[in-house]
Order: sequence, then C-alpha cells, then structure tokens
Amino acid sequence: MTYELVIGLEIHAQLLTDTKAFCRCPNRYGEPPNTLTCPTCLGMPGALPVLNRNVVEQSALLALALNATIHPHSKFDRKNYFYPDLPKGYQISQFDEPFSSGGWQDVEGEWGMKRIRITRAHIEEDAGKSLHQDDGSTVVDMNRCGVPLVEIVTEPDFRSESEAAAFITAVRELLRYIRVCDGNMERGSLRCDVNISVRPLGQTALNERTEIKNLNSIRAVERGILCERERQIRIYESGGQVIRETLLWDEATEEIRPMRRKEGADDYRYFPEPDLVELTVSPEEIERYRDGLPELPNVRRKRYREQLHLHEEAVAVLSGDREQGDYFEALLRLGVDARTAAGWMQGEVRRALTSENRDMADFPLAPSALAELIQAVERSTISISVAKDVFRKMLTDGRSARAIIEAENLSQVSDESELRLIVERVLAENPDELAKYKSGKRNLMSFFMGQAMKATRGRANPNRLAELLQELLDTP
Amino acid sequence: MPVTKEDIRRTAHLARLHLSEAELDSMTETLSRVFDDIDQLHEVDTEGVQPLHHVLDLRNVLEEDIPRPCFTREEALGNAPDRTEEFFRLPRVVN
Repeated sequence: MTYELVIGLEIHAQLLTDTKAFCRCPNRYGEPPNTLTCPTCLGMPGALPVLNRNVVEQSALLALALNATIHPHSKFDRKNYFYPDLPKGYQISQFDEPFSSGGWQDVEGEWGMKRIRITRAHIEEDAGKSLHQDDGSTVVDMNRCGVPLVEIVTEPDFRSESEAAAFITAVRELLRYIRVCDGNMERGSLRCDVNISVRPLGQTALNERTEIKNLNSIRAVERGILCERERQIRIYESGGQVIRETLLWDEATEEIRPMRRKEGADDYRYFPEPDLVELTVSPEEIERYRDGLPELPNVRRKRYREQLHLHEEAVAVLSGDREQGDYFEALLRLGVDARTAAGWMQGEVRRALTSENRDMADFPLAPSALAELIQAVERSTISISVAKDVFRKMLTDGRSARAIIEAENLSQVSDESELRLIVERVLAENPDELAKYKSGKRNLMSFFMGQAMKATRGRANPNRLAELLQELLDTP
Repeated sequence: MPVTKEDIRRTAHLARLHLSEAELDSMTETLSRVFDDIDQLHEVDTEGVQPLHHVLDLRNVLEEDIPRPCFTREEALGNAPDRTEEFFRLPRVVN
C-alpha cells in the first residue's frame, strides 16, 4: 500500500531581547550556570511577572512577517506540568487567546511553490535546562528559565520531509531577517517539534499522530521524519495501531525512542494567569510595526529574479542573507549596475568573507568604498584584474580605491602614444618571436599581449593594446 | 459536581503530591464541598456576558527591556535541598 505522510510543525524561537520575558534578568546564552536568575524566574512565592515591552514588539514583527493577524486583545495562561526545569510548576503561555493567528509562509522546492498555513504564533517562556549526569543524577541550570519564546504552530500541511525542511529554512531566514531570533538550532535558540502521522494515499481522515522532540538541526528533522514514517508504516502493515506519544530523537544513534505517553491536553489544566493583565495592540501600533518591517526574503527573491534578472545562485545568496542583500542594495543605490554588483558580491566579497570567516555584518568596506572601485573599472580607469588587487589592498590597509590607484600609479594606460612606445619596445626585444609571427605563427599574438601587459604591470587597456599590436605586427 | 477519589488521585499525581488513602478520602470530601459551593454560580444567567479574565481594569503593564541585577549563584542555590558547585541537583527524572 502507498502511504502519505502528514506533518505539522511547532517551532520555538527564542527572541533576541536583552532581558527575559517576565523579569529583567539578562537573556544571554553561555553564561556560567545559575547566574542569571531572580525570585521571579526561580518561581519564588510572591514574585510577580511583568511583561517585557520588547517581547511584544518582536512578536508583532514576527506575526506580521508570517502574514498572521495580530489580535487586538490577548491574554496569558498557565500551562501546568511538573518538571524540575520548571520551578513555578507552570509555564506562562497563551492558550485560547493567542497573540496572533492565521498566517502563512510560502516554501519553494521541487514541488514548486507551496503555501503552508500557520495556525498561530503565541508568546511564552522557556524552561531551564536539565543536564543528565553520568552518575544518574540530574542537575539544572535556570539561566534559560523565562527566556521569551514565540511558538509558531502550523497546520498539518506538509507531505514530505523536504517540505518541512524547506519551511524551517524559510522561517529561520525570516527570523534572522527581522532580527528577532538568531536561528541557531545547535544552541537551541530555534527548536522544532514535529507532529507526524501516515495514512493510506487517498484517505482524507487523519490517523493518530506522534510527536518527535529534540531535533536540533534541519537534517535531524528530515532523518527523524523518515525514521518515524517507517516505524508507523511497519505498525500498520503488521495490523497494529499507532498510539499518541512523544518520541525523542537521539542524535548519536539517529534513532527515535519513546519519551512519555502524551498526557491529554486537559492535563495541562490551563487557566488564565492571574498575575498578568490583558495585552492589547491597537491598529495604529500594528501599522507602525508593519512600517518597521524590512523587505522580506521571498519578496526580495522574486524581485531579483523578475526585475533584476540575476541568475539563481546570486538570487539565493543575496535574498537569503539580509546583510548581503542590504549591501547589494546599497551598491545599486550608488549607481552600480545590478549584475556587476551581484558579480562582486558573489566573487570577491564572498571570497573575502570566507577566507576571513566573517559575517557580512563585520565586512570592513562601506558600500560607497566598493562602489568607487567598481566604478573605476566601469570607467576603464583600471582593469578588472588590477581592481581585484586594489580590493585586497583596501581590505588590508583601509585606504580608498582612489588613494591606492593614485599612490601606486595603477591607472590603466589607454594613451595611444604611451602604448605605442611599449609595443614597439616589446617587438624590438623579441626579434625571434617577431620573425616567427611574420612567417605565419599567428598564435604568438597572445605572447606579445602577455609581454606588453607585463611591461605595464597589467595596466594596459587590453582593447587598445590589442588594436595597436595588431597594427604594428601587420606592418610589413 | 461530585469529585471522585480518582480525580483527586490523578490531580495529586500530576503535581507529584503523595497523598495517603486517608488524605485522599478527606481531600475528596473537602473538594466536593468546595465544588458544590462553586456550582451555585451556575444558577446565574451569564448569557451575553463577556468573560472577565482579570479583576483589575488594567491593560499592557509592560517594562522596558533593560537588565537589572540578578541573584548571585549562591543566592540562587541557597534554598536548594541539594546542589553541586554550580547547579541545582535532583534525582534522575528520565530513565
């Protein structure tokens, strides 16, 4: 029998705020354990949570970027469960009146373009981190406890592991674009739970689903889905029934193992959080947030393809990384031709970043500095090969393109009389080759070009040089 | 609404509270009475009345995103029944 995969995702994104969601302890990764806590995030009796304004702002940007509706009123609820990394005994979350709902995100792949529906995106807090020790004990670090999260829940719209992977990639890109999450799956600032079921192809009703947790890379998501698909199919093929449970992905063995039977939703005993008041967002505020959104990756991608006619590789790089795209845009605003700018971004700029292992944000040249160099090539002041040398010098000593070109006398030699002198000298210095050329070895043309270029240290305008060489060589 | 002993047992388990049989019995009885009292509220006609989520007529109580000093680690771990140098320590929770 042919089976169809049905997948829904829950993505947790840690927001890039300076402080936690409900107290003003710093929100920072990698600090010494248990040094970022206070009575509120440790759940001490009597401590009261106060919502972080920046959490609302970042959640609003994210909701709008996901095409979701921000609700004028939302409230917070307690999700109760007992676990040692949750000192209050409940997680502050949003249950029946979430911050936003009803969005979508398009994902591209071999299936073409597919619209994934987003059920909701709500605000909640992270738990602490349990570390299981070799001696059987468990220790807990509460630094992460109370870090703001947005949970993005999708409809069960995915039919393959690749679609799910493409969605996570797109959301990660979006989060980084609007600078609300660093998207680091390894560190857990972006986490993904997968709800998965299989059904005979053609069946419309959904079968029982399981949930896989601890998938901390996009590859793990794909591997986990395939593993669980096989397991569920084996169960149905042998006449069994899939039961609802939570499974853990084991990265080391690439296996899934049961974590706990899923307690029914009722068992979280959600009820309104009495320590927090209602959150309202006015239409004016929503418009203000909308104005604060940058051009989003999918929009940029479309424009680069359809209006700038960049080739696919350039489209992918320049629309996938906000900083590179913004730099490219700045070059365009300075009057650099789109394809030329894309060529530099993909060529020299990318090489410089890779060799230094830097992000675009740390790139030392201002767009205006690079534009000056590119325009020197376009005006034929210097050749492209000289420009690449100048570029490297600009990176190392910080001088401007003009300063380097002037100081090192790199301007292209286009002057007819100067070039003629050089060509005449080259011909005079190589009488043997000249004789061979005259007797018919026409491919020696490139030899003379090379010699003349060498004599000018690469500064000869190649077109003018070729014309002159041809003229003088063919003089009887 | 009658509360059964099973309800109490299950709820206690979710909160990891260990109640003896005698405690379960007395809790069942006490909570049943509480629920009976609350049930009287059902007699009020709430048709068309918006649910009240909060008794305070306040909205958007927010703080600026500016860090304040935290506990030192010694303060944070000070009440812990068991600890290591850096962490809270507990019995193993996952097999």
